[in-house]
Amino acid sequence: MTAAALADAIRAGETSAVEVAQAHLDRIAEVDGAVHAFLHVSTDRALGAAAAVDAARAAGAAPSSPLAGVPLALKDIVVQRGVPTTAGSKILEGWLPPYDATVTSRLEAAGVVILGKTNLDEFAMGSSTENSAFGATRNPWDLDRIPGGSGGGSAAALAAFEAPLAIGTDTGGSIRQPAALTGTVGAKPTYGGVSRYGVIAMASSLDQVGPCARTVLDAALLHEVIAGHDPRDSTSIPQPAPRVVDAVRKGQATDLTGLRVGVVKQLRGAGYQPGVISSFDDAVAALTRLGAEVVEVDCPHFEYGLAAYYLIMPSEVSSNLARFDAMRYGLRVGDNGSASAEEVMMATRGAGFGAEVKRRIILGTYALSSGYYDAYYGSAQKVRTLIKQDFEKAYSVADVLVSPASPVTAFGVGEKVDDPMAMYLNDLATIPGSLAGIPALSVPSGLASDTGLPVGLQIMGPTLGEEAIYRVAATFEADYVSRFGRIVADQAPVLEGVK
Amino acid sequence: MTAPTLLDYDDAIAAFDPVLGLEVHVELSTATKMFCGCPTTFGAEPNTQVCPVCLAFPGAMPAVNRSAVESAIRIGLALNCEIAAWCRFARKNYFYPDMPKNFQTSQYDEPIAFNGYLDVDVEGETVRVEIERAHMEEDTGKSLHVGGATGRITGADYSLLDYNRAGVPLVEIVTKPIVGTKASAPVVARAYVAALRDLLRALDVSDVRMDQGSLRCDANVSLTPAGNPVFGTRTETKNVNSLRSVERAVRYEICRQAPILLAGGRIKQETRHFEEASGTTRPGRSKETAEDYRYFPEPDLVPIAPAADWVEALRSTLPEMPWLRRARQQAGWGFTDLEMRDLVAADAVELVAETIAAGASPGEAKSWWSAYLGAKANEAGVSLTDLAITPAQVAAICALVSAGTLNAKLARQVVDGVLAGEGEPAQVVASRGLAVVSDDSALQKAVDDALAAQPAVADRIRGGNLQAVGAVIGAVMKATRGQADAGRVRELVLATLGVG
Repeated sequence: MTAAALADAIRAGETSAVEVAQAHLDRIAEVDGAVHAFLHVSTDRALGAAAAVDAARAAGAAPSSPLAGVPLALKDIVVQRGVPTTAGSKILEGWLPPYDATVTSRLEAAGVVILGKTNLDEFAMGSSTENSAFGATRNPWDLDRIPGGSGGGSAAALAAFEAPLAIGTDTGGSIRQPAALTGTVGAKPTYGGVSRYGVIAMASSLDQVGPCARTVLDAALLHEVIAGHDPRDSTSIPQPAPRVVDAVRKGQATDLTGLRVGVVKQLRGAGYQPGVISSFDDAVAALTRLGAEVVEVDCPHFEYGLAAYYLIMPSEVSSNLARFDAMRYGLRVGDNGSASAEEVMMATRGAGFGAEVKRRIILGTYALSSGYYDAYYGSAQKVRTLIKQDFEKAYSVADVLVSPASPVTAFGVGEKVDDPMAMYLNDLATIPGSLAGIPALSVPSGLASDTGLPVGLQIMGPTLGEEAIYRVAATFEADYVSRFGRIVADQAPVLEGVK
Repeated sequence: MTAPTLLDYDDAIAAFDPVLGLEVHVELSTATKMFCGCPTTFGAEPNTQVCPVCLAFPGAMPAVNRSAVESAIRIGLALNCEIAAWCRFARKNYFYPDMPKNFQTSQYDEPIAFNGYLDVDVEGETVRVEIERAHMEEDTGKSLHVGGATGRITGADYSLLDYNRAGVPLVEIVTKPIVGTKASAPVVARAYVAALRDLLRALDVSDVRMDQGSLRCDANVSLTPAGNPVFGTRTETKNVNSLRSVERAVRYEICRQAPILLAGGRIKQETRHFEEASGTTRPGRSKETAEDYRYFPEPDLVPIAPAADWVEALRSTLPEMPWLRRARQQAGWGFTDLEMRDLVAADAVELVAETIAAGASPGEAKSWWSAYLGAKANEAGVSLTDLAITPAQVAAICALVSAGTLNAKLARQVVDGVLAGEGEPAQVVASRGLAVVSDDSALQKAVDDALAAQPAVADRIRGGNLQAVGAVIGAVMKATRGQADAGRVRELVLATLGVG
């Protein structure tokens, strides 16, 4: 069932929030041993939250939101008071946050039932979830494959029907790429669209929180719950949440006549798997058939996106992760009574961080050093500006832009984990939108002809253009269902009996 | 470590021109911290004024304190600075246990205020000190090193961290190089910090307590051979915690650096610490292997773009500048330059002003605060403002003197009573029974008794020796326990004896 349908059923009294929560907890107990989407399952807390929703309904209170009573999986980089939050790192193992992220508070206020915390690449650094200090998450479509990353846990929880909703964070593609690889929907809002307060920072100028779901409508419902200005995050946009649910309903009811869709020349071709390209071409054909006017747009600076991203992101990482120093919380190593604070800091960071995190800290420290700043960080910021200009030009001829969300379908566990460059290329299509701060989502475009695995269509909009991308995604999804009878996620293999 | 050789100050100045650079950190007296809502009260129990933001908990984010920005702009305006139309915070990255994020959020190449000046009165001469910049940043926590002989980190058994101060808003005010001050360099340094302190106090943006660290001065000193325009290598002296220390630290560095240069040596660019007790400086962290702070724009905060009308509104809140106010006060009160300087030195100007405003004459007000109360403060080892008497109470006592209710001696007793917590002046007069005896019949009896007791004196007065009246007055005063008006007693004595 979709989140929207569950919410309707709870509202109508056909089921209770507790029954829904229990069913999902049972499903987690049944399949998560194999999938490993969750790092922590908050059974009592979830049932308590669900009971509160039921009690409010019994008392005659109006539902606190359209998603009241619906369960959700929270990426373990978003803090929740009193619930272990690790960011996938040993350095935070056992830490209990003393406060709630704004996103967490908004979810709880909306009556959304948080089932637990999902696995991720350590501090969201990776594209396969294999960089988690607590073991990789498996892709429910093929348990020998990865679910993408860094939000592989959230995406896999959706694909395995462990939760109908999930929260992700996207710095270079960590919502969109796992969505593509698991046949689910994931949206990265405009930078500043959702508060980052209480979301453990990777790269502050790129990080965005976003909704993950199996359908476009569910993602939109969740988007409206979490979006909107937060004075605790000064980079959050001082505007109310976009009306994406209305946009979805409109998209479901109409075709795309009058819409201009830009196909980005640079986001296809070399590096893209043939099955991905053919699914993408089918998607573009569908958009054309639905009445859109398709044009090719040239974004020449996208070519430098990956390089710029791998300078800006590690630079911010090197600074953001400096706080993990054993002084106030988390792991402490080497405190033997005679070691200095500096020695304890070094020993703790050496033991607590994984290889990819260290690699990025070292890269970023180097890029920011005196004498190199202009050549690296400074040049990367210039590229960032040029990429923004490419987008602005493209949006002068197109209302939305499309590309594959990931150049490949889900790859094998262990296949790329020792080859950082190959891993970084997974974000080829998603990074330009991250650098520009524009909104973008991935909606399943079908299964690849070569691997039979899900492919994601990335739809990108101009700044604050959430309504446009949701509307197009909804029309596209409705067309897909009309042709294939069901959404892509409903075609995933049944995981009954796996342990 | 052997003590460095020092050159006589006059000899040092004969050979070299000192160049100063002063960096003053001001802790703003905002109710809350720079980037979170924690209170900033000084002296609270350790780690009681902290939250996820100022402890740098994972996920916590800063939000700029608007009143801190207002204070910074007002400071910039008062220092005749330009105010940036657009500026940002940056991150200054370095690891230190008392800095929770392991970076300091500070303004770097985009300060909120820049290019100003402060005119400083140095022994009657005006010296213009040019201001490079005034920028916002946050304070660090405090480390307390326990055990070991020195209280320093080296040799300590363990260290304790107090994060109450972490995130308290600071404005750092940096001068351009101050050149051409020659022998008066130490005095100029002191006068600049004093003038800045008065200015900040008038702006009401900080407690400016050097002893509590809410005003901290780092003194950069270099020497260049007399007449040479190229600056020498500088040292930066920290831990300068009083106005007097500013002067001493600069003077010491001049005397320390000069013989090294005269012997053909180089000055090591380093941070030094001022030792209050000995008046010397000792080396701290070496700056030659300067830490690379890897500054970059703070991505968690949006740029600050103060609107022109906001800046103008803040300009209209600037108080009268202390030196203008002082000139006006001095003229109005008719004090000499010397008298005024003494009041300034004693920190008594505002107390005198308030006393005058409450009705006392300038002469009385000055006299009370600089003489009797100054002595009382000295005895108690406190500052004048800490005495348990208000300008209004001093003015009330002056009024009682003018009305003839008190004479000078009784007035001092009333002051003592107020200081002792016995209440308002009128209550002290009543409870101690200190009013001047103005009832003529009572006085007449005392005069008659005194004359009867000293017939020889009475005869001398009758014989025209008016100096002898003093003895009778003394006796009457004694009989009335000092509560008689001496002038009236004299009149009564003369009238009784039919003289005059």
